[in-house]
Amino acid sequence: MSVRHALLALLSEGPKYGLQLREEFEARTGEVWPLNVGQVYTTLQRLERDGLVESDGAGDDGPQKGFKITTDGEAELAGWLRTPPDLASPPRDELVMKVMVAVQVPGIDVREVIQSHRRYLVELMQQWTRIKEAEADSDLSLALVVDSELFRLDAVIRWLDAADGRLKRAAADPPQPAPAALPLPRARRRTGTRR
Amino acid sequence: MTVLELRGVSKTYGQGAAEVHALAGVDLSVDAGSMVAVMGPSGSGKSTLLTIAGSLEDPDSGEVLIDGTPLSGMSRNARARLRRRTVGYVFQDFNLLPGLTVAENVALPLELDGMSARPVHAAALGVLDELGLEERAVRFPDELSGGERQRVAIARAVVGDRRLLLADEPSGALDSVNAEAVMRMIHHACKRGVAAVVVTHDAQLASWADRVVFLRDGHAVDQTSPPAGPESLLTPGRIQ
Repeated sequence: MSVRHALLALLSEGPKYGLQLREEFEARTGEVWPLNVGQVYTTLQRLERDGLVESDGAGDDGPQKGFKITTDGEAELAGWLRTPPDLASPPRDELVMKVMVAVQVPGIDVREVIQSHRRYLVELMQQWTRIKEAEADSDLSLALVVDSELFRLDAVIRWLDAADGRLKRAAADPPQPAPAALPLPRARRRTGTRR
Repeated sequence: MTVLELRGVSKTYGQGAAEVHALAGVDLSVDAGSMVAVMGPSGSGKSTLLTIAGSLEDPDSGEVLIDGTPLSGMSRNARARLRRRTVGYVFQDFNLLPGLTVAENVALPLELDGMSARPVHAAALGVLDELGLEERAVRFPDELSGGERQRVAIARAVVGDRRLLLADEPSGALDSVNAEAVMRMIHHACKRGVAAVVVTHDAQLASWADRVVFLRDGHAVDQTSPPAGPESLLTPGRIQ
C-alpha cells in the first residue's frame, strides 16, 4: 500500500492538516490499514522534500501544520493511478512452498495439510463476510477492501482445491518420469520470483 | 432447537467394481436459525447429502431426523406432507413455472398443500415483502433477471412455516453481486428461524454460513470453528 500516493490523493481534494490526513486515510480505507502519526509526518516530509507537496510553514511538524499538493504532485498521482503493480513474476508464496515441500516429505498426508490450510482460509473468509454483512452496505471503501480480500482468499482456496484434485489423480495414476530428451525449457526455469 | 439431524448416514450407488460410496457415515446437525455450508469437490457426495436430508432419497444405513422425528418411521404420506410443509428446496436453475406470476409461484407450495386462496395469497405477499421482492409480485419469471429469479425461488422455499431450507449451488449461475444478494437473503431467512443447508464448491458462498463442513469422498472430514469476531481482522497495525 502506497501511503505516499494515498496522502497525495487526499491532498488533491484541497489543503489539509497532518492529523486530518491520518483520520481521513483510515476512514477511506475502511480502517483496515491503520496508520501511526509518525508514518504520516515522515511521508509528508519526504513528499515536501521531493516537491510534491508544500507546507504552510506554520511552526513545527505538529498536527496544525497544513499541506497542499503541487502541480508535480498532481502529475505524480495521475501517473501512479495508471501504473500497473508488478504482477508479472510469481510471488514467493509461503503456502505454495509448504504444499510443495509436503509432497516431498515422507509420512506426511499432503491432503490433510491442504485441508488444514483450507479450513483456516474459509474461517478468515467467514470473518470478512461478517464485516461485509454488518457494515459494507453503508461504507463503500470498506466494501471494496473486503471484496478484494475475499477474492484473494478465494483464489488461494481454489488453488488448494486444484492441488488436492491433482494429488488425488497422481496417487491413482502416478505420472511417468519425463523422457530425458525433453528437458523443461530453460526460460521457464529462470522465471524470476518476487519477494 | 435442532431441525435437521443426520446420524451415520451412508449411501452407495452401483455394484461390484462400479460401486461408489457417495456418503460414508456422515453425521450432521443443523439448528433453527443457523446456516451450514457443505463444501467439497464434484463427486464428494454434496448433492446426495442434500437429497437424503430432504427425504427425496433414502440412505442405505443411518438415520435422518427432521424436528426430532426419524424419517424412517414415517409413512409415504407423512413424508410427502413433511416435504410440502417443512422443507424448501433451492436449485441452481431456479425451477420457477413460466406461466405463473412471481406471487403465484411463491404461493404454489401452500396451494398444493390445500390451503385456501386468501391466506395463501397473504402468505406469498408477506414473504415477498419481507425479502424485498414485493414490487416483483405481479411479474412473470421471464421478466426477471437471473438474480431476481433465484431470490423468488428462495421466497418460495421459505413461504409459510417452512423451517428447513436446502440449497444446491444456489448462486452457481450468477455473477458475484447477485450471488451475494442470494446469500444475504438465505442469511436473512435464517434470522427468521429457518435452518439452512447450502451445498457448494464456492468458498465465497460458504463464508456466509455459521459453520462450514468439508466433505471428501463421502466423508465429512473437517469443519470450521465458530467464527471469531470481526474486530480481530481490524486490529490496528495488522496490515502495513
